[in-house]
Amino acid sequence: MITELLSTTVLIGILASGIRLATPYLYAAIGETFGQKSGVLNLGVEGQMLLGCFAAFYVALTTGNLWLGLLAAMIVGAAMGLAMAFVTVNLRAQQGISGIGFYLFGLGMSDLLFQRLMGTVETVKGFQRIYIPGLSDIPGIGEIFFNQNILVYGAYLLVPLAWFVLNKTTLGLKIRAVGENPDAADSLGVSVARVRYFTIILGGTLSGIAGASLSIALLNVFQQNMTSGLGFIAVALVYFGAWKPVGVLGGALLFSMVNSLQLWIQVLGIPVPSDIAVMMPYVLTILVLVATVSRVRAPSALTKPFERDD
Amino acid sequence: MRSRLSTLFDALLPVLATLAALAVGAVMLLLLKVNPVEAYGALWKGAFGSTNAFAETLVKATPLLLVALGICISFRGDVINIGGEGQMIIGAIMATWIGLIFTDAPGWLVITLALLAGFLGGAIWGGIPGVLKAYFNVNEILSTVMMNAIAVQLMNFLLRGPMIDPSQAELASKIPQTARLIDEFHLARLAPTRLHLGALIAVILAVLVYILLWRTTLGYRIRAVGQNPSASRYAGIKVPRYMVLALLLSGAFAGLAGAVQVYGVNYRMITDGSASGFTGSAGFNGIVAALFGQLHPLWSIPASILFGALLVGANSMQRVVQVPSALITVLNGLVVVFVVSSEIWRVRRQRRRLAAAKEDEAPPTPDQAKVQTEEAGQ
Amino acid sequence: MKKFAWILIFVLAFSLVLGACGELTETNEESGAPEAATEAAPEAATEAPAAPMEPFRVAVVMPSAINDLAFSQSMYDALLRVQEDMGGADAFEIVYSENMFVVDDAAAAIRDYASQGFDLVIAHGSQYGSSLQEIAPDFPDTSFAWGTTVDTFGQPNIFAYEAASQEGGYVNGVVAASLTTSDIMGVVGPIETGDAKLYVDGFKAGVLATNPDITVNVNYIGSFSDVALASEAATTHISAGADVLTGTAQMVVGAIGKAEEANVLWFGTQSNQTSLAPSIVVASQVYHWEVMLHEMIDLINSGTLGGQSFTANLANGGEVVEFNPDYALPADVQALADETIKGITDGTITITLP
Repeated sequence: MITELLSTTVLIGILASGIRLATPYLYAAIGETFGQKSGVLNLGVEGQMLLGCFAAFYVALTTGNLWLGLLAAMIVGAAMGLAMAFVTVNLRAQQGISGIGFYLFGLGMSDLLFQRLMGTVETVKGFQRIYIPGLSDIPGIGEIFFNQNILVYGAYLLVPLAWFVLNKTTLGLKIRAVGENPDAADSLGVSVARVRYFTIILGGTLSGIAGASLSIALLNVFQQNMTSGLGFIAVALVYFGAWKPVGVLGGALLFSMVNSLQLWIQVLGIPVPSDIAVMMPYVLTILVLVATVSRVRAPSALTKPFERDD
Repeated sequence: MRSRLSTLFDALLPVLATLAALAVGAVMLLLLKVNPVEAYGALWKGAFGSTNAFAETLVKATPLLLVALGICISFRGDVINIGGEGQMIIGAIMATWIGLIFTDAPGWLVITLALLAGFLGGAIWGGIPGVLKAYFNVNEILSTVMMNAIAVQLMNFLLRGPMIDPSQAELASKIPQTARLIDEFHLARLAPTRLHLGALIAVILAVLVYILLWRTTLGYRIRAVGQNPSASRYAGIKVPRYMVLALLLSGAFAGLAGAVQVYGVNYRMITDGSASGFTGSAGFNGIVAALFGQLHPLWSIPASILFGALLVGANSMQRVVQVPSALITVLNGLVVVFVVSSEIWRVRRQRRRLAAAKEDEAPPTPDQAKVQTEEAGQ
Repeated sequence: MKKFAWILIFVLAFSLVLGACGELTETNEESGAPEAATEAAPEAATEAPAAPMEPFRVAVVMPSAINDLAFSQSMYDALLRVQEDMGGADAFEIVYSENMFVVDDAAAAIRDYASQGFDLVIAHGSQYGSSLQEIAPDFPDTSFAWGTTVDTFGQPNIFAYEAASQEGGYVNGVVAASLTTSDIMGVVGPIETGDAKLYVDGFKAGVLATNPDITVNVNYIGSFSDVALASEAATTHISAGADVLTGTAQMVVGAIGKAEEANVLWFGTQSNQTSLAPSIVVASQVYHWEVMLHEMIDLINSGTLGGQSFTANLANGGEVVEFNPDYALPADVQALADETIKGITDGTITITLP
């Protein structure tokens, strides 16, 4: 049975589903990376995702237009980000805790809207897999990389894009400066508030897309609390990736592939209690980090509200 | 006189913020065609309306306070413990196990051992992220989130296998629960209500944590490390050790909360597959309670009661006016956001007072030391 | 300028909240959503069985949402059917607390409803039993019902109810075994216990009784809410060659979508799941709790408040295998299904569980 794990079907299955499962994590975690790079910890990702899930689904269901659904998810996510930014930047509220507040708000509000507007679980025809002539037909590789929907590709394009913005642009420099030393950035004329507003709203928007990627691309349903802790894992992956988009990608893929592996372990009937199998991705994520002891430090100003000394 | 008024205002600030959040909630209630006066009347009645209601509020507040005490320690040490859920579960499992194997021992002994086991279980589950952070540079938010999930699966595994109620093991339905603790092992009730000894234990511990943080070297060092790790290092404090201790103690209190829930409320462990089914999200809500209490163990007492009242009252409101339970979650979120946002006014006032006190050359009080901590955090 | 920005932000933040609520009311009027806002004014506890003229009052506490297309909805739908049979809300009043996944909160709800003098308080979740055992003796004049279990704790005011979900599982399994061509099937479950385990074991038994060469792969995903993982479990089964899937609990809605995408068959349980994927859902085992509810209500009205346990099964109509009329089930398979149901009903087929 163990040897069956090494068969090509299983390996292709694990890789393909790992890539698919990683999609929502990538959007949310990269958004969170921007926030944390600028010194803001947002624990409300899960709530933003849930509202994004619902907005995308409901708009897609009623208008029949998936792109409008995606847009709705982005707007809702951005609005949640705006509120978060106001609370943490202007009111200098403790970040972790306000994030938990926004999580609860999103959890409840998405459910409330779902009950009032839809009333029952429905399905929608979401973004379809894109068939790329030639590439999609390559055995193995085609199934893994070239048989996914547009939001999956978007997530992977986001990784180099985020790297570029963070490391090669003035905006990225400002974001990093604000996260490392807001006083210095401020004295150089960078508006700490404006930068943080930007990153938090961007984070919210991406969380909204993460939600949409579930409700109108990967799963095509909406159900209350359907993210089921995914947003919190996304926050954890930012730490796994040491605030680097590529690191986040590695973490998301590792977590997702091990999750897929444990599904296969059960499917192949390998005698491991199901609960123990389900534990695997969580345990391994920690173990990998322990094994690769990194000396990367968090952005110095992370979780610290900024205030001018006047 | 003025400063006393000021203190009163500070203390009432979370209450005012809660009222503001409820005002927003009132608009939502109106939109749902529910009379807000009736709804909030039910909330109040459900939380404070009778001896029984108030007892329920205190029962709800007990695990919140215990978790909050741990959070006071860890956040003061600048480590963010969001692993309370997992720590509660492990604490509860260890405590339950004690009660299931020592069925012949006297009640007081088993209860003592069980609470210690809960404390120990939580300490282990909190200590692991501590060690990982201090010696392997693994961020505690990552490890505690992961360890929450691991604890849930471990609970599911144990409750449907090795620890399952023998009578359930024979039935086809196999409800994943342990056997019920015998009556001698239940924490004493404090009144003819569900209020149990755990509430008293939590209050006593709040005083002890206050002493620990401000009257012992250990507490001083934890706070020093939290305030300024590099300065502490130069002062000869072994920083990693105190990081581990902060998380370990924090986990221990959450573990105790889990043990108290089993011995004071449920008398057995049951799982519905999720963490919150057992914990009631106290591992998260305790963080909120601690921050409502301004990370002060004694202020955490009224803060936990306030938050417990809100949770109990809101559930009661759901039943009386039959609003969707999701509305309660929304209200809960709004209250957290509003209260945490109101902090700015308190900090400002306290800073002004501190400036005045400096002029008077008054000896520093613990309250001011706290402000200094916060100043350093700005 | 700065002040203006502040105000702007404040207004935006609030409009987010209010805008969301605005949408709420819009459809509130048009949607015929179950308006259970019956203003259950806590009357003085009238702890006597309802007089014929007064409405029969039922309170139910459920672990998930009333619209979960699974366990909780099966009870809520059943209550609505009872209400219809008894002549509407004037004769039969329903109040509910949903999403009571916190056992302790559920206990508070059960106690509260009991003290409000409801005629029947239903604790619809096996995890509530322990709490009920504590509460029921304090309200000897109130009738309680607890499911899914057979245990009444020997209390004279607790009814127990359960579903023999292995029976519908068995029928589903027999039909599935007749339709598969790959001889591989996949099952997606939450945690390996209770009603879910019964159904899954029954399904396996049905499949293997029909064709012992079929492989049934089972996946428990460790959660009742993780829709994404349930869907990925379905994909895994499909990759492993499964051409028939089934699953239990509310998170399988994600799995049904994957089945439809890959055009493999789906068998449902708990509630009728045909609406989610009309082209591939073959049949759903549906719980018709109203059968036992009617019996309980009759007993309560005649003064018996509990002490009995009920099992919803195919024989008493508490369980019905509802076939999807839009799925063209071959006549011989339909005949086999009917025969199996008949066999289970008259006892000629016995299901052996592991």
